[in-house]
Amino acid sequence: MSFLNNAITGVSLGSIYAIIALGYTMVYGIAKMLNFAHGDVIMVGAYVCFFAMGNFNLPPAVGVVLAVVVCTVLGMVIERLAYKPLRAAPSLAVLITAIGVSYFLQNSAQLLWGAATKVFTPIVSGSLALVPGQLSISYVAILSVACCVVVMVGLTLFTGQTKLGKAMRACSEDKGAAQLMGIDVNATISMTFAIGSALAALAGVLMCSAYPVLSPTTGSLPGIKAFTAAVFGGIGSIPGALLGGVLLGVIETFANAYISTELSDAVVFAVLIVVLLVRPAGLMGKYVPEKV
Amino acid sequence: MEKRLNGKRISKASLNGFVNYGIVIAAFALIQILLAVQKPLGVTLVSNIMQSLLVPACCYIVMAVSLNLTVGILGELSLGHAGFMSLGAFSGVVASFLLAEAIPFAPLRLALSMAVGAVFGAAGGVIVGVPVLRLQGDYLAIVTLAFGQIIKNIIMVLYVGVDGEGFHMALSSERFHLAEEGTAIIKGPMGAVGVQKLASFTAGFVLILITLLVVQNLVNSRSGRAIMALRDNRIAAESVGINVTKYKLMAFVTSAALAGAAGALFGLNYSSTVASKFDFNSSILVLVFVVLGGLGSIRGSIIAAAVLYVLPELLRQFNISDYRMLIYAIILILVMLVTNNDQLKTLAGRIIPKRKGAASHG
Amino acid sequence: MKKKKLAALLLAGAMGLGLLAGCSNGGKPENGGGDAVTIKVGGIGPTTGDAAQYGTATEWGAEIAVEEINALNGPVKLEFKYEDDTGAADTAVAAYNNLKDWAKDAPLVIYGTTTTGPCVAVSAETYADRIFQLTPSASSPDVVAGKDNVFQMCFTDPYLGTAGAEYLKDKGLGTKYAVIYNNGDAYSTGIAEAFIAKTKELGMELVATQTYPDDKTTDYTVQLNACKDAGADVVFLPIYYTPASLILAQAKQMSYAPLFIGGDGMDGMLDMDGFDKSLAEGLLLMTPFSAGAEDDRTKSFVEKFQKAHNILPNQFAADGYDCMYAIYEACLEIEGLAGMDSAALCDALSAKFGSGTFKVDGLTGKDMTWKKTGEIDKAPLIFKVENGAYVDAQ
Repeated sequence: MSFLNNAITGVSLGSIYAIIALGYTMVYGIAKMLNFAHGDVIMVGAYVCFFAMGNFNLPPAVGVVLAVVVCTVLGMVIERLAYKPLRAAPSLAVLITAIGVSYFLQNSAQLLWGAATKVFTPIVSGSLALVPGQLSISYVAILSVACCVVVMVGLTLFTGQTKLGKAMRACSEDKGAAQLMGIDVNATISMTFAIGSALAALAGVLMCSAYPVLSPTTGSLPGIKAFTAAVFGGIGSIPGALLGGVLLGVIETFANAYISTELSDAVVFAVLIVVLLVRPAGLMGKYVPEKV
Repeated sequence: MEKRLNGKRISKASLNGFVNYGIVIAAFALIQILLAVQKPLGVTLVSNIMQSLLVPACCYIVMAVSLNLTVGILGELSLGHAGFMSLGAFSGVVASFLLAEAIPFAPLRLALSMAVGAVFGAAGGVIVGVPVLRLQGDYLAIVTLAFGQIIKNIIMVLYVGVDGEGFHMALSSERFHLAEEGTAIIKGPMGAVGVQKLASFTAGFVLILITLLVVQNLVNSRSGRAIMALRDNRIAAESVGINVTKYKLMAFVTSAALAGAAGALFGLNYSSTVASKFDFNSSILVLVFVVLGGLGSIRGSIIAAAVLYVLPELLRQFNISDYRMLIYAIILILVMLVTNNDQLKTLAGRIIPKRKGAASHG
Repeated sequence: MKKKKLAALLLAGAMGLGLLAGCSNGGKPENGGGDAVTIKVGGIGPTTGDAAQYGTATEWGAEIAVEEINALNGPVKLEFKYEDDTGAADTAVAAYNNLKDWAKDAPLVIYGTTTTGPCVAVSAETYADRIFQLTPSASSPDVVAGKDNVFQMCFTDPYLGTAGAEYLKDKGLGTKYAVIYNNGDAYSTGIAEAFIAKTKELGMELVATQTYPDDKTTDYTVQLNACKDAGADVVFLPIYYTPASLILAQAKQMSYAPLFIGGDGMDGMLDMDGFDKSLAEGLLLMTPFSAGAEDDRTKSFVEKFQKAHNILPNQFAADGYDCMYAIYEACLEIEGLAGMDSAALCDALSAKFGSGTFKVDGLTGKDMTWKKTGEIDKAPLIFKVENGAYVDAQ
């Protein structure tokens, strides 16, 4: 029974990682940058929802929408101010800027909202008892998995079917050629950041509903984990991010339960290394051979 | 590109290197003079805070220069450099403790501890380097990040101590049995506590000189050119018979060894050191130094590490302690934006006359 | 090349600004106040980063005490400055040196640091420099070990762990015991190890020992499942309130309801913004301070704290408050205080605190005294949470 319980925990945790990783992967696929500030957008989203629900007594659904809207705008503003001027700069310069943005968001959050941990009120509470007293699934877990699947399907359809989605794929393949085809590359990248940040907000709310504590550094660790998940599944690949996220959550939970709670992070990262050594582009990544 | 001492090209590279030695020696001499005269003159020339930052700044300069070897000269992004520093710090602390009775002379013991730190750093470099250096780009970056985390996690549960029966080591407190009179050197999450402070500014200075000697000679050697050839075009380099694994490993392990030595110096500068200090953020911090100093530029790394390590501490004096880290973040973003701004670059180009054949590394 | 130059110029500019600011601050007047002797109190603790909530609490608690003390217009005044150490040893040492610069030749006392690791590093420095140090909350024995100038306001970790086991045994609470602790944290590990040792000594059946690596951990179901499967009816949680709040919530979700008992780090949970107090119903905690206490001093402190910062003070803040009064009252008893430098003051204060007869009344205890080693002698109060408030459970 504890095995099933752990499996449920792992999958629901993994779904949240997957939603964050989807945002990571979209941004990476197009902007080719490791957006280390992504984790902190999660934190901002959670705070917005927290205040909407706690201070203004808005219903959870409104809180979530508000968080998504604020983060979407925030993502676009960050992209416009900090990343767009560096489009032609070396990738490391962008990486450092992203780290600067991450510090900025964390410290602003602390100044604005204080360092004290806040307890998040879950947007849905309660759980579904499968075997009374022994096996249950919380509604948050169900919601996380559902959101994750919806987002994944939505993104796949979006990038596959819509004009904007196709433009995104074109940009990620070859920006120069995309521009020649009349695609507004800047607008497309901005749009990608908007989507990625909206997903981050959603993930933030779900994560804080599942694990209801919130502080200015809440986002940093899930940010790194989701980055790992994205690489795990093959960075740039949408189904890969989902697979990577869920696997990461499951491995982490099982390592916690059956190997060692102290070394669970070490186990997660060790598995990642092994996977990358066997499949250098991640589980579902495309391996692009270099042309000579 | 034969090793000719009379060639103009060689002398230019060495000249560049000599300037670096000069800067370091001049800075050291200046600070020593200021320290020496401030007492007789009765004025504060080097404040306490600046004095306390000298040793860690030296450590971070070495960290930055050594990371530059991996990131700037080898061209591989490493996000786990602090892991090697951690290996060096803890092995150095243990070595210094074990040698305490055999070698009472502190500078020698410090030197040996730093050597031990370097050996452990290098060993870590080999363990990490052999499997992962065949990965590329961001994949290599995440694996180094992962290794940094693994090293941190393992040291967090590492217990090391000595008692009458000898040396004890365990990976959990339950399995760690030490006799009553024994001393625990590393206590898992509490890290190394009660470390005897051996580090000195002079040691830091010597370590920087050694680092410069190692890195600059490597860069200007045949091997160094092979390493840079790999960075610029791996396939072309391979096709002319350059052994990819050998040269990548050479740069990576040298970098790790120097980080280990810096870690030992750092560990022996504080009475307590914890593994969580050497986390992802520390690795990033060093990377920031390297990027701001300029990829491949040794001098840039030295200056950026010195200035940026000291900057947040100097910001304390503004009486804006709440905004200190926020300002640091803003400075970081602005510096990146300004230095990569095309308009400003052309403007700067007009003011500062362009150098002939500007060297890409110096 | 240009790029590097520009960067260097920018950095140099920023540094220059820093130096200028240093100069402009240098010539601060020493303070007025007639014949009063001014003691500079330099505080160190994390006000940014993961442990920021604990550092700010100790800062704010001390601030209130300093204001009160200076308003007394007594023969001793305190001048207070608090520096951020981000919870890291190297930054703490830098902060300490910055405070030394701030004090110049005036007598300086170090208040802090909040967390153990940095405190060990700083106490080695103060020991060498002969500066008196009183920490509100760094509770490891390593902080005071072998240093005659460092004293603690909080319980030591082993003391709390032992006291916890004894209390459970005396009251006959539970039959099977479990402990969940953060083995990445010195405070938590220290208490847990002492608790485990004491349960063995007392013949209590310890059925599960579970750990987690750091307070950023959010999922504790594995640890709770292990406790549940082992049939533990008492779970000892020597951890801070943030992870503890998650553990309580997750235990409820899995319908596991043992008796939870925690240490002083647990105080503050009820005041967390948004916390569902019903989760903590029945929780036992050993803490020296309760914000709900009815005495006038606590009431006035809580009122001032709430007015200034909009949250209830916790045990960290109260320990900080008591530190200031301890320093103040010790200074009052020192003869020839005027004209003392930091080292002389350090010797005098260390002798006073270490005498065993110097007593302080504070928010966290009556007639508190110190051992020569630096550890405090005060009794932990044991509270039970009932209807969202502390009730005495001694």
